Amino acid sequence: MSMTAKKTNNRLSKAVTSIEPSGIRKFFELASTMEDCISLGVGEPDFVTPWNVREACMTSLEQGYTAYTANAGLLELRMAISDYMEDAFDVTYCPEEEIIVTVGASEAIDLAVRATVDPGDEVLVVTPSFVSYSPLITLAGATPVPVLTDSSTNFKLTAERLEEAITDRSRAIILSFPNNPTGAVMTKAELEAVAHVIQKHDLLVFSDEIYAELSYDEPHTAFSSINDMKDRTILINGFSKAFAMTGWRLGFVCAPKDITEAMLKIHQYSLMCAPTQAQHGALEALRSGGDEVKKMVESYYSRRNYIVNSLNEIGLSCHMPGGSFYAFPSIEATGMDDQTFAEKLLLEEKVAVVPGSVFGEGGEGHVRCSYATGMKQLQTAVERIERFVKRHTKTNLSS
Amino acid sequence: MSKEQETRLLRILEQNGRIDTEVLAKMLDEDVETVIQTINRLEDEHVILSYAAVINWNKVEQESQVAAMIDVKVTPQRGVGFDEVANRIQRFPEVSALYLMSGTYDLSVMVEGQTMEGVARFVSDKLSTLDAVLSTTTHFRLKKYKHDGIVFGEDEKDRRMVVSP
Ligand SMILES: Cc1ncc(COP(=O)(O)O)c(C=O)c1O
Repeated sequence: MSMTAKKTNNRLSKAVTSIEPSGIRKFFELASTMEDCISLGVGEPDFVTPWNVREACMTSLEQGYTAYTANAGLLELRMAISDYMEDAFDVTYCPEEEIIVTVGASEAIDLAVRATVDPGDEVLVVTPSFVSYSPLITLAGATPVPVLTDSSTNFKLTAERLEEAITDRSRAIILSFPNNPTGAVMTKAELEAVAHVIQKHDLLVFSDEIYAELSYDEPHTAFSSINDMKDRTILINGFSKAFAMTGWRLGFVCAPKDITEAMLKIHQYSLMCAPTQAQHGALEALRSGGDEVKKMVESYYSRRNYIVNSLNEIGLSCHMPGGSFYAFPSIEATGMDDQTFAEKLLLEEKVAVVPGSVFGEGGEGHVRCSYATGMKQLQTAVERIERFVKRHTKTNLSS
Repeated sequence: MSKEQETRLLRILEQNGRIDTEVLAKMLDEDVETVIQTINRLEDEHVILSYAAVINWNKVEQESQVAAMIDVKVTPQRGVGFDEVANRIQRFPEVSALYLMSGTYDLSVMVEGQTMEGVARFVSDKLSTLDAVLSTTTHFRLKKYKHDGIVFGEDEKDRRMVVSP
């Protein structure tokens, strides 16, 4: 008996016990029990995948494309990705040697880390940011080191902040712009300033550009398009956000040949290849999805303006985020911390937002409001938040 | 307001003619006064012609309408082409839309009425008897699946989880 108990206690790896489940999950459990809840907590588009993409996937099934593809993905798709990256972001990658089709950007991040990082290395992570980065670094035996961004720079990364966080053990940095949850974007000039520091300290760059298409005020700059950066950059992108294809689980990674080869080894042994039918859908998305993407971007754009202007009017100060589909207001005016704010807002007004602290250091005091939700619901959500903030700011003043 | 913003404004109004002006202003990131002025100007310039609702009449009992699409071949007139005959046809109140088409016929006439007989009578009494009209082919509409970009069926349900990363 005692033997079994002991075995059970120890049967999980040290690595996995050292990471926490995502803080988002707790919130999800709470929110999913609420009826008539308006959710601004969703990190995915409110559009269904464009019909031509769904149709192409069905056709591929009808035609019997149900076998594995090449490990790196259908060559046709890699060629289309190569053309797309060149047209959209002015970066050239060779379809045969520098591109892998992955199971979402999620897998691409994991591949990038596992292929390049050793135990003991430090990987800098711009925070607040997407919840997966730090745990994946920890699982690879390395140490995530946050590089803070804050509202004073509209959550952009600065060269000074980066310089401060670098040590002898720094090996790589994860850049994530347009950012989840802050919506921050970096202009070419701002990236160049950061690139200078990266060059100086000889860092690798994992640039997660999954929201690249959702840049509203100026065109997105791919990090590898910056002078001299291509050879040290692993560029991560995917279909989830721009093409409204989250459930398809399809992304891709572009990197110099040696790194691509290394990542491909991990990918071929752990996943073999990305789902074939999803690859057929993605091919159609690149061929004909451009107009649909434009329409979706236009719609996010006006919703962004609406929610950010409304939040500022309510008294939750919020910078105008240049990309992704999140507003990241400060909730300082209410005197609550972000967890309390989010929980109370959910229980009292049935609006779900995500507490900023789940996105790492620097997120506290903020909540993430996704505006990938219909205008009607956004308007109701704004009314409810306004009522909530009024009620709680009053109590604060009188107490 | 820039031309680009003006197009945005029109697109939003096309989707929702009843949108609150303040909401519209926030969506455009413009002030309310500018939005009101722009809308007034666009109305004056007849860029915005009217604000109509898209109604699923099938759901309103006794109000169901019949509609027909009529292909009309006509003889164009010297100097004015198809415009003169089009001008005559479009004035009938039964005609809800009228287009000049390329292909095997010339004018496409949309007609709406209370009953099939009413529409048939319009075609035989009013349309066919016009001098320029050579022939007509009438197609009755049986069911509306999609109209003006709007799908007439069940709403697509939000199938996302309530909270995700
Ligand atoms: C910044 C960021 N990177 C990656 C992902 C994961 O994307 P995928 O669906 O391609 O795995 C997300 C999803 O929320 C994200 O926000």
